[in-house]
This record gives sequence, C-alpha cells and structure tokens, in this order.
Amino acid sequence: MHEDNDHRVDGNAAAGILREVFASDVTTARVVCGHCTAGTSVAETKTYLAGPGSILRCPGCDAILARITKIRDTVWLDLSGSASWQIHTG
Amino acid sequence: MSVISRGFGGRGDNDDARIPPGQHETYDFPVLSAGPTPAVSREEWGLDVTDLDGAVTRWGWPDLMRAPSEEFTVDIHCVTTWSKLDTSWRGVRVRDVLGDLATEAEYALVRCYGGYTTNLPIGDLVDRDAWIAYEYEGDDLESAHGGPARLLVPHLYLWKSAKWINGIELHLDDEPGFWETLGYHEYGDPWLEQRYVGD
Ligand SMILES: [Zn+2]
Repeated sequence: MHEDNDHRVDGNAAAGILREVFASDVTTARVVCGHCTAGTSVAETKTYLAGPGSILRCPGCDAILARITKIRDTVWLDLSGSASWQIHTG
Repeated sequence: MSVISRGFGGRGDNDDARIPPGQHETYDFPVLSAGPTPAVSREEWGLDVTDLDGAVTRWGWPDLMRAPSEEFTVDIHCVTTWSKLDTSWRGVRVRDVLGDLATEAEYALVRCYGGYTTNLPIGDLVDRDAWIAYEYEGDDLESAHGGPARLLVPHLYLWKSAKWINGIELHLDDEPGFWETLGYHEYGDPWLEQRYVGD
C-alpha cells in the first residue's frame, strides 16, 4: 500500500470521539495497568495530589497509570503507564 | 564545618528579602510525594554513579559515612509556593561523591528509589552548594523527607532536590526528568520564578 493511499485523514476527523472522551466524568472509567495488567476503576486508584501534579497509581502494583499537571492554563497528561481506558459515554 | 548560605543577618527584618517572588513562608515542613514512601534501610541503601561510558561506581552507606560531611543551614523553596527558612542539615557535598567523574559531563539525571527522576546541569552539583543530605535538624533524615538520603540543591526549586536518591547518571545532553517532562522548567531557579517550561 502506498503512503498516499492508506485512507488516512487528519485529526480533526476524530474531534467527535475525542470530545466524548475528554468531556466525560472518568472517575467511573476502568483503567488497565500497563505493568501488571490488572483492571481497576479510576475511583479506586491510589492518587497522590500533594505535589507539582496529580499521580494515579495502580492499587495492585503501585505502577503509575496517569500523570497530570496544570501548567498555567494547559493540562499536561501522560497515560503511558496504562494499557487501556474504558470510559462510559452513555 | 558549618556553612551558612544566606546573605542576610539573623531572622527578622530581612526575612521578606529571602522569600523569592510568588512564594510565601511556611513554618512546618510539608510532605509532597508522587507515590508511596520507599522503605530503604541504611544497610541496603546504595548510590550508583554512572559515568559517560556507562561505568558504575556504587556508593554504599559506609562509603557515604567515610566521606567528609558538613552541617549547613539553608532556605528551601518548593514550586507549590512555600518557602522554609533556616533549615539545617548534614550531608556530603555532591562534588566529593562525583570526584573526577564529572569533568566531561554537562548534565546529570538523578534517579531515586520509587522511580522518580530529575535533571540538573553538572555545574549546579559541583560548583554550587549541593549535598547528599542524611540528617535534618540533628536527627536521621526521616523517610517521609527522603531518608535515608536525599539530594539537596537549595538554589533550585525543591523538586530538583530528589528524595530517596539512588543514582546519578552523567550525560552530555540534558534529559528531562519526572516533572520536567510534564511542563515544569528544565532548570527551576526560584529567584527567576522558573516554574514552568518557557518561564
Ligand atoms: Zn499494576
């Protein structure tokens, strides 16, 4: 398949689904740990707020699931420690 | 040896001049953690100094105790806007830990028990006041504050003074650490209010 024939569109086309993700209350979402593969609800993660940012950790293995900072009017988000998120949009 | 790292007289009239912009003075010692407090005994504690070529020199607790130590009193400044004046510590100067290793390297990536990292220019570790601290106010450094041993670099925001230090990697290039990869300033001078990237 050629690079120009791979049915690719730009990110604007994902605006709708991204808006569903980022406008949701995700405390009831299920997150799967990228380290131990255990799943947990976001509300049950071990969360550390007393620092330059917020750190969500796996209740089973303590691995970091999410790192979030608020830098002026911008939120920085690192989800690289998690394998997947299941977010209810209904 | 006692080092008093401040340019003003005792506490009192000039305290305001010792508080960097955007900071306020606190009298307790807030504990800020990104994770569970690592339980590391002095017996199992180690500090791996990794040279540019990957060679590792391991400092154990007895090595740290044999090195020349200092008592020092410094002001510390946390990016979450609190500053604490006249904190007293005992520790070994980082330049005495790095020895000849730091001559070619430009940057250090500091590693910790629990996985935390932070980056600093080597010059700030060897040419400025910087210690591996293991006593606070005359007592063994509590684990909540970074014991058995933490980095202390009082001229930078406190996130650079990594708790539970267990490694110093020497590098030619700057490699951002735990908070530096999420929008915090690569250097973090409180007097220039370098809190965030671009400040
Ligand atoms: Zn896990």
